[in-house]
Amino acid sequence: MAIKQEEIQKLLRESFPDADIEIQDLAGDDNHYSAKIRSSQFKGKNRVQQHQMVYKALKGKMGAELHALALTTEEK
Amino acid sequence: MSDINKNLDEIIKNNEVVLFMKGTPEMPQCGFSMAVSNVLKHLGVNFIGINVLEDEEIRNGIKEYSNWPTIPQLYVKEEFIGGCDIVREMFEKKELQKLFQDKNIKIID
Repeated sequence: MAIKQEEIQKLLRESFPDADIEIQDLAGDDNHYSAKIRSSQFKGKNRVQQHQMVYKALKGKMGAELHALALTTEEK
Repeated sequence: MSDINKNLDEIIKNNEVVLFMKGTPEMPQCGFSMAVSNVLKHLGVNFIGINVLEDEEIRNGIKEYSNWPTIPQLYVKEEFIGGCDIVREMFEKKELQKLFQDKNIKIID
């Protein structure tokens, strides 16, 4: 199970067009990533809601093809 | 409500601090579960760990229940707090300590 960084980037970009997105492949194995996302869409949402929005954008891949994604979300 | 949701409801209602995790607080079987478990231990919080690896129904059920795709998952007084990233971030920013205090749960700070 693995997923390319470009694929994550693309899925996130589709859902958060205005966002600053920084993705890192932590282990170089296409399996453990960190993502920092700053988007105006997070305004007024708590952290759980923000992360749920990101997981939704990843269309069920989180916890499946994507084993680990350390997530930081921020309002822009 | 399905049986599994009812079951989860009861676990969450009957325990002030519940951590759904892989393994047990004594022997976590995943780094993310261990990280959250260690934060709770560090704060001296009384919590119960539910080992999802022992029960496939709970493992899948809690993901639906919380609308959250990964384990661990932390509940405090019936409120879903988040997974490893959120707990870690809240701990570092002292927000977790404040949350426990606001909810009248004893911690060592």
